[in-house]
Parts: sequence; structure tokens; C-alpha cells
Amino acid sequence: MTLDAAPGVVAVVLVTVATLAIGVWGLRFSRTTSDFFVASRTVGPRLNASAIGGEYLSAASFLGVAGLLLTFGADMLWYPVGWTAGYLVLLVLVAAPLRRSGCYTLPDFAESRLGSPLVRAVCSALVVAIGWLYLLPQFQGAGITLRSAVGAPEWLGPVVVGAIVLANVTAGGMRSITFVQAFQYWLKLTALLLPAAVLLVAWLGDGTPGSRLVDTDWSLPLAGSGGQGLYTTYSLVAATFLGTMGLPHVVVRFYTNPDGRAARRTTMVVLGLLAVFYVIPPVYGALGRIYAPGLAVTGGSDVLVLELPRLVVGGPLGDVLTGLVVAGAFAAFLSTSSGLSLAVSGVIGQEVAKRSWRGRRLGGVASFRLAAVVAVAVPVLAALASANVGVARAVGLAFAVAASTFCPLLVLGIWWRGLTDVGAIAGLVVGFVGSGTAVVWVLGPTRETGWSTTLLEQPAAWSVPLAFATMIGASLLTRHRVPPDAWATLVRLHTPESLDDSEALVDRS
Amino acid sequence: MSDQPPTRVRVTGPPRHHRRPAARSRLDTETPLGSLYVGSLVRAQRAAAIRTLLLLVLTVGAVPLVFHLAPGLADVELLGAPLPWLVVGVASYPVLFGLGWRHLRRSERIERDFADLVRREEDR
Repeated sequence: MTLDAAPGVVAVVLVTVATLAIGVWGLRFSRTTSDFFVASRTVGPRLNASAIGGEYLSAASFLGVAGLLLTFGADMLWYPVGWTAGYLVLLVLVAAPLRRSGCYTLPDFAESRLGSPLVRAVCSALVVAIGWLYLLPQFQGAGITLRSAVGAPEWLGPVVVGAIVLANVTAGGMRSITFVQAFQYWLKLTALLLPAAVLLVAWLGDGTPGSRLVDTDWSLPLAGSGGQGLYTTYSLVAATFLGTMGLPHVVVRFYTNPDGRAARRTTMVVLGLLAVFYVIPPVYGALGRIYAPGLAVTGGSDVLVLELPRLVVGGPLGDVLTGLVVAGAFAAFLSTSSGLSLAVSGVIGQEVAKRSWRGRRLGGVASFRLAAVVAVAVPVLAALASANVGVARAVGLAFAVAASTFCPLLVLGIWWRGLTDVGAIAGLVVGFVGSGTAVVWVLGPTRETGWSTTLLEQPAAWSVPLAFATMIGASLLTRHRVPPDAWATLVRLHTPESLDDSEALVDRS
Repeated sequence: MSDQPPTRVRVTGPPRHHRRPAARSRLDTETPLGSLYVGSLVRAQRAAAIRTLLLLVLTVGAVPLVFHLAPGLADVELLGAPLPWLVVGVASYPVLFGLGWRHLRRSERIERDFADLVRREEDR
């Protein structure tokens, strides 16, 4: 299944050069620790939204969704819809207050809201766990793509992507990455949209042949019939709708907005950018059903987007389009893994900077760079060592874990005064153990059918309510531990910044 | 959105020691009036959030249940595509965007009203 390598090689080299060039250009602006962590909070909604879109659209979106649609049919449409709806939930519940909290990372937020270093430590560990769970399939996907596109050995992808990400993250931090990510959103959109348009024209030219394999099962947007199908579908919806807000690389972006209002508007623009992008993968899925039904059977559906242009169009035009989709896929690996590495490095870097090593402390930027090496090296080595877990499946699990841990913490922390440190830790642990059991189960060898398997394969529908209930229950039991400044913190989270310069009420007391 | 690029801010570390802006900190429990105002702000925002999430559940969230109860809908074709593909894969997005837009307008209005209220108090 090796394609003619030339367009793929050209595409990968061009994307790499462009990524590094923009990173270096962004470097001119990166001087201080705050540039590294949050780009000194100067990023406006449109640039920031492009960057969020660029970072969020991973290999699972660019390659995985079309392949899943080809193989399993309409129930897989819930992945892109859920990944978009996650931003609506984020807009409604989290965006502005999170920005107003004035923190860099989720552990910062937890500590400033609950005043407990222990909650902070638990959150730091969770950020690293979720980040690595999400990074692993990105690096593995890069290996598969490079093998399919240019015939490279499978270890090359993780190493190349890891090296480029490390170079960009350590060199410029958040400020330089912002430009890279924004560029990569538009690259990915172009790389998916243009070939899709050409493919549709070719399909019309062929006299619009219908799908030979359409059946009810394939076009029903449920994961199978009966109660289990309905459960699996709703569980997927819960994980994606609620998990987005808890992904470390998503959350850190909100701190780069100038204020809470801008954070909300940024989220709104992201919603639009994602909606435009996610209409396209189904076109590949449906056309693949007509032109490349064999891919679904052989299990090579992840390369559908890469192979379809040549199968349908062929010739020099097919080569150009193939180069374009390879470029888009490569950009997808680079941008998502950059964002995740950055978020994980930020959290590890803060932990490193706090401690002294043999009597001397590392500076902010030095510890950030050291942390970046760890943040990238571990998942790259894991990707090289472990068997392939499947891009969309592993990403789906990362969403389930995020929805079961950080979603309750953020929602209750922002909207409920009564949250305590004990309640938060209890809820985080229960949510993580619940969804984590499912991760171990899915990555393990057991394959049975029945309700127990269904419940474990999509844990969110029970693990999220369980985490919420535990967090609320344990907080109520430890009511005396509610931080004395809880109300003041809520006030800070919800009061618009426009009142900062107001002298209201100050003179009255 | 914003016409001018925002000014760069030096941020040196996580805010372990809160430096709260004077006006906003004054709005907390220190004055009964401030407490009352902010309580109403948080309640209004919470109500708006719950309303939007309810609408989300009743629109996009209800689709799996509808197809579960009427699986025959999957066989319906519209414009040459199966109906579920159009409903889930295309129509969901404008609904999500519309709900977001509605909520954005609503929560900005709540904040504007709140700011007006505080400023009126200030002028009194």
C-alpha cells in the first residue's frame, strides 16, 4: 500500500520548514517567562481562535473521523459533533471565569480556588496523565502516516514529530507556538477542503454513482441497536461534550486571552472554525464507501484521506492533492502534539522551578525547557515501545478521563461556593479510577460482549455523574473546610474586568 | 473584535498571593450591597448557563433518542444523502453555533447591566 513517495516527501519537508520558520519568527517576541507560559496575554480572539482550532484538530480529526465513518457509519458522526459541542459547553460554563481566575494552568486554578497544595499536586499528576494518553496516539499516528505516505519505517514518524515539537516548544514557548498553531489551522482546512471539492466534482463527473453498501446499520447514528447502542452513543456524547474543557492543551489557551470577554468571544470563533472543518470529513467517508470500500475491510481505514485523491482522480492532479492531504495530516500531528507538550511542560516546569536541585534552583525558562524534554521524550518512547492503540480510541479515552476529573472540578469550582479540598480530591480520585479502569480494560486483550464490556468501553456516562456526586457529597461532609475566601474568589471569577477601574463601592465602606 | 492589539502584560508566576483589583475586591462581602449585587450577577449567569445547556440537551442531545425510537428514519434519503448524515453531520453545527451566539449575547448583556448598576451606585 506504499504510494509514490515524491508528493508526500515534498509535503512533509515543506510543512516542517514552514513550522520551524514561523517558530523562529515568533521567537523574536519571546523574551520572558510569561511569554513562554501564556504569551504575555496579548493574543486577540481571532488569532487565538485560529491557534486553538489548529491545536485541537488532531490526527483523530484529520484522518481518524473519515476512516471511522467509512468503517462504522453514521454513529461515528458523534465524534466531530461532540468535539465541537465541547466548545459550546466550555463557552457556557468555563471560558470567562477561567480567564478571570488569572492562572496559568489547571493546577494553578485548583490551588488558588481551594488553597490546597495537595489538590494542586493531584491536578498536576492528572494533567500529565491525560496529556501523555493523548500524545501517545499522535506519535503513533505520525508513524503510520509517514509509512503510508513516503514508505518510511514506522519508528521515524514519532522521532521526527517529537524532535520538531521539542525544537519549537523549547525555543519559543507559548508565544511562538501561537503563530505556528494559527497557521496550521488554515493549512489543515485548505488541505482537507480543496481535495474534497475536487473529489466531489469528480464524483459528479462520474454521474454520481450511489453507495453500493448503504444499509440501515451504516446510516443509523447509533452504535448498534437496542439499549447498549443507545448507552454507548450517549456515553460518547457525554465524554466529548464534557471532556473538552478538561483537556490540558485547551485550557491553557484561555489564559492567553486579554480578558474574560475576549475568552468568551474566542470560544465563539473556535466553534465556527470547528463547524466549518468538521463538515468535510464525512465527504471522505461517504466517497470512500463508493470508491474505496476495500479499505474498510482490510482495516486500513486511517489512511482513507491519504489514499482517496489518487484512487478517484489519479494523474498529476492526484499527486498534488495527495501532497496536500499529507501536508495537512503532518500539520495535524505537529500542532496537536506541540500544544499538548506545551501544556504538560508548563505543569512539569512549574513543579521543577519550585524545587531546588543540589542547592540551586533553575530559572523559569530553564526549568520550562528541561520539562519540555521530559514531556516529549516519555510519550515518544512509549509510542516506539507499545503496540498500536488506534488514534481515535485512545483520544476518546483521554476525553473520558478529562470529563470524569477536570470537568467536575471546573464546573463546581466556578459555580458552587461549597466545594472543599477534600471533596475535590475525592471526586478527582473516583473519576480517575473509574475512567482509568476503562482505559486499562480497553488497552488490554479481553474481548467479550455484553453490558459489562459496553459499560467499560465507554465509561463517561457513569464515571462523570459518579465523580460529580462524590465531589459534592464529600464537600458537604467536610463543610467546615470551605475556604474562607471562597465567596471572594467566586466574585473575582464572575465580575467583568470593566469594573476594575471603577471606584464603585470603594468609597462607601 | 478588539480593534487594537492588547498591550503586553508581564506575568511572573502563578498567583499564589492574590492581588485583587480594588474595585472588584470591594464588591465582595465587605459591603452588604456589594454582596447582594454580586450574588444576583452569579445567579443570573448560572440561570443563563443552565438554560443554554437545557436547549443543547433538547436539540442535539435528543437526536440519538429519536433515532433509537424510530430507526426507520435512517432509511429516509434527502438530496441524495441519508437523513441521519444530514441531521447529525451538517445540521448540528448551525444549531451549536446559534446556541453559542445566543448565550454570548445574553451573558454579555448580564455583565453590562451589572456594570451599569454598579456605576449608578457610584454616581449616587
